[in-house]
Amino acid sequence: MNTFDLIVVGAGIVGAACADLAAAEGLRVAIVEPGPVGGGATAASMGHLVVMDDDPAELALSRHSQQMWEAYAQLPEAEFSRCGTLWVARDEREYAGIAAKIARLAQAGVVAEAVDAKALYELEPELARGLAGGMLVAAEAVVYPPRVAEFLVKRATTRNTQLHLGRRVHALSGDGVVLDGGTRLSGPVLVATGCALPELLPMLPLRARKGHLVITDRYPAFVRHQLLELGYADSAHGNAPTSVAFNVQPRPTGQVLIGSSREFDSSSEVSMTIVRRMLERAFAFLPRLCDLQALRIWTGLRPTTPDGRPYLGAVPGLRDVWVAAGHEGLGITTALASAHLVIDQLLGRRSAIDPAPYLPSRVRA
Amino acid sequence: MAEHYDVLVVGAGPAGLAAADAAAGHGARVGLLDAQATLGGQVWRRDVRAEAPRMARHAFHAVERRTNIARFTQTQIVAATDKELLVEQAAQARTLRYDKLVLACGARELLLPFPGWTLPGVFGAGGAQALIKQGWPIAGKRVVIAGSGPLLLAVAATLRKHGASIAAICEQASAKQLAAFAGALWRWPQKAAQALVLRATLTGVPYHAAAFVRAAHGDARLRSVEVQIGENLVRIECDHLAVGYGLVPNVELAQLLGCALTRNGSHPHVEVDDDQRTSIANVYAAGEVCGIGGRDSARIEGAIAGHAAVGATQAAQALRSAQRHARRFSALLETRFTLDARIRELATDDTIVCRCEDVTWSALRDFGDARAAKLQTRCGMGACQGRICGTALAELGRFPRGGPRPPIFPARLATLAEADFASTPN
Ligand SMILES: Cc1cc2nc3c(=O)[nH]c(=O)nc-3n(C[C@H](O)[C@H](O)[C@H](O)COP(=O)(O)OP(=O)(O)OC[C@H]3O[C@@H](n4cnc5c(N)ncnc54)[C@H](O)[C@@H]3O)c2cc1C
Ligand SMILES: Cc1cc2nc3c(=O)[nH]c(=O)nc-3n(C[C@H](O)[C@H](O)[C@H](O)COP(=O)(O)OP(=O)(O)OC[C@H]3O[C@@H](n4cnc5c(N)ncnc54)[C@H](O)[C@@H]3O)c2cc1C
Repeated sequence: MNTFDLIVVGAGIVGAACADLAAAEGLRVAIVEPGPVGGGATAASMGHLVVMDDDPAELALSRHSQQMWEAYAQLPEAEFSRCGTLWVARDEREYAGIAAKIARLAQAGVVAEAVDAKALYELEPELARGLAGGMLVAAEAVVYPPRVAEFLVKRATTRNTQLHLGRRVHALSGDGVVLDGGTRLSGPVLVATGCALPELLPMLPLRARKGHLVITDRYPAFVRHQLLELGYADSAHGNAPTSVAFNVQPRPTGQVLIGSSREFDSSSEVSMTIVRRMLERAFAFLPRLCDLQALRIWTGLRPTTPDGRPYLGAVPGLRDVWVAAGHEGLGITTALASAHLVIDQLLGRRSAIDPAPYLPSRVRA
Repeated sequence: MAEHYDVLVVGAGPAGLAAADAAAGHGARVGLLDAQATLGGQVWRRDVRAEAPRMARHAFHAVERRTNIARFTQTQIVAATDKELLVEQAAQARTLRYDKLVLACGARELLLPFPGWTLPGVFGAGGAQALIKQGWPIAGKRVVIAGSGPLLLAVAATLRKHGASIAAICEQASAKQLAAFAGALWRWPQKAAQALVLRATLTGVPYHAAAFVRAAHGDARLRSVEVQIGENLVRIECDHLAVGYGLVPNVELAQLLGCALTRNGSHPHVEVDDDQRTSIANVYAAGEVCGIGGRDSARIEGAIAGHAAVGATQAAQALRSAQRHARRFSALLETRFTLDARIRELATDDTIVCRCEDVTWSALRDFGDARAAKLQTRCGMGACQGRICGTALAELGRFPRGGPRPPIFPARLATLAEADFASTPN
């Protein structure tokens, strides 16, 4: 009775997407999740569905996944809001780099346009004077990830899926998993435990990279687009021990969500020092932001691999153990395509995009 | 530069006033902070119509005449470490450093959801009292006062003094419980006297025991309440309902600092030793934060904490037996005003539980913990950060509230970016 076609370990956005897809393929699925569904990094995230073009592999995965998100644009649980992304150029040098970015995005099928300084202030009057312009990706959106994770898990459970909520996988058993308390489930295993990956798969290097977010009370239309500085990618991809970048989002509720910071740290504690740096960065772009009332600060941990790409595929050296983890700061965006890549491999099918850059076997090479 | 104090006292109610006075009496440099505009806390809140009671005037005077007490009113605590507080006063951020901290944060009232409780015209009992003391017009209005505990009588007295017509006082405790409470009061002569004065000012007001409000009715605003009195359902026309089911300690700051809490019943209070010291060596707590006990235990515990914080152990010890006596009143309150189980079952499917985010009782049905409920429904995500709904859900036996994070009260983003706070690595 405790035998399955796939045991999904972890129900963050990634595990939830994998379980949902596997169940839709007709597999008998088990999901094991100790905390609330979507309660890990998924709950902490900004939920910005954004294409990143710095690394070709990341571009392919994020673009492919973003297209899949369109299927959820009308889903109430997703709280999908197409606010668009406005990348802000501080100076002429950054502004000059936009043309190449637009070309790279166009090749992947993403429509982006350059906006000069005048157009920038029409789009976002609160922005500080003296900026050079920006790049608008109008079709991009934000979602509310924990409810999507819950939706996907619920949908899976309507199709032959058993949910073991409040239970944790204690160990891999060779032909399945052992839960805390000793229950055994057998079948192929897909580990989607985010930052907890090393507990079950220590051979796959992964570190937690903490981020802080601050949310305000409701100020409808204070900003209208997800705003990021063009230097954001340097913060996201750089290896500096700590970095901050301007990253501000209008929530559909009218609240303003302010990021972002990165530190290699696996505690969940709020560091007021980092909060201060992050806010000062944001004030530099949005001077009147400092007068808004903050309601809450929280932190989240991004599961980060050495090369910044997720592990999607078979775990080398283990039989019937698969992994989908390590999505750093882009896992909401890339969860849906990640699920397809992994389930395709499991079922021996070709994928729409090349799975090679994400194979866990790259760790050995 | 951050200012430094030997002792910082948070809360200027009876406990905080006594703590500041005691510590300053030994020569310490003291800072006394309160979110409100005037000293006095809940019980001695300034009333535009009436002079403060003598005991309160003494306490204010004692603090005001001391030059080594700096008073910070309208000052909200935003974040804290074991060395400093980040506060916001008049939209300005400030970092205050301390050697010793006294938490005298008091209590807030317990609000429970029932059909119609979010209608305009329905207030918390203590909240209504506070508004009216500030001069909010109530003269000639018909008010029903409901809930539980001695606070109801105090509220009724204030409202009456300001010209309200009290349509009824509905105390959920049974006549038997109330008789036992009254019968035990002789042990605290001051309280007995207070009670007698209150009763005298309330002659002619209908007082019902074993009575609670089942629902509030009205379209745009409150018109009437449906009251269960013993076995009967009665409708009472009114303009306002002031309802409170007792008090809950304000432990958020203590929790943020990592002080150990104890829970008897549904709500935690701060754990202290004989010197009012918490589990964090340089942090003390006094008054309602240590469990609901009322004004007298607050005053004595405040003094103990103030003495102990500056090392005046003998002065602290001298007050212990008085403290123990006053604290026995807590147990009496707890046993004599236990809530009728039916009050926990008043909410119906469409009753709003979280007012900030409009989350209904039925939306919360399937959740087993506060975090899951919050993630899926936004319950507790609003401006009050679960102070009201989280406390109600704990009382209703659903799930305990999650721990707090800075900011413990909404604060300007500029305040969170204040340069001095936590600038030295711990
Ligand atoms: C501050 C911040 C902002 C972000 N903003 C964005 C953004 O705007 N856009 C974007 O695309 N991405 C964003 N991200 C990244 C995104 O949140 C993550 O990449 C993504 O949530 C990872 O999902 P996951 O399912 O792998 O991990 P998680 O959501 O952490 O899920 C892992 C799950 O595994 C469970 N688990 C752990 N151990 C076990 C075990 N032994 N047995 C069973 N279950 C277990 C955990 O309880 C958890 O629920 C952000 C991240 C952070 C921290
Ligand atoms: C709404 C209400 C009304 C009451 N009315 C009466 C009454 O009429 N008669 C009566 O006998 N008892 C009344 N009480 C009971 C009251 O709790 C005690 O009688 C007594 O006031 C307790 O003293 P205390 O010093 O412990 O706390 P309090 O008097 O409650 O004082 C605590 C003070 O701390 C401040 N504070 C708390 N947290 C912070 C923070 N983070 N930052 C800044 N300041 C903070 C508050 O603003 C408050 O002024 C009332 C209680 C409540 C909740």
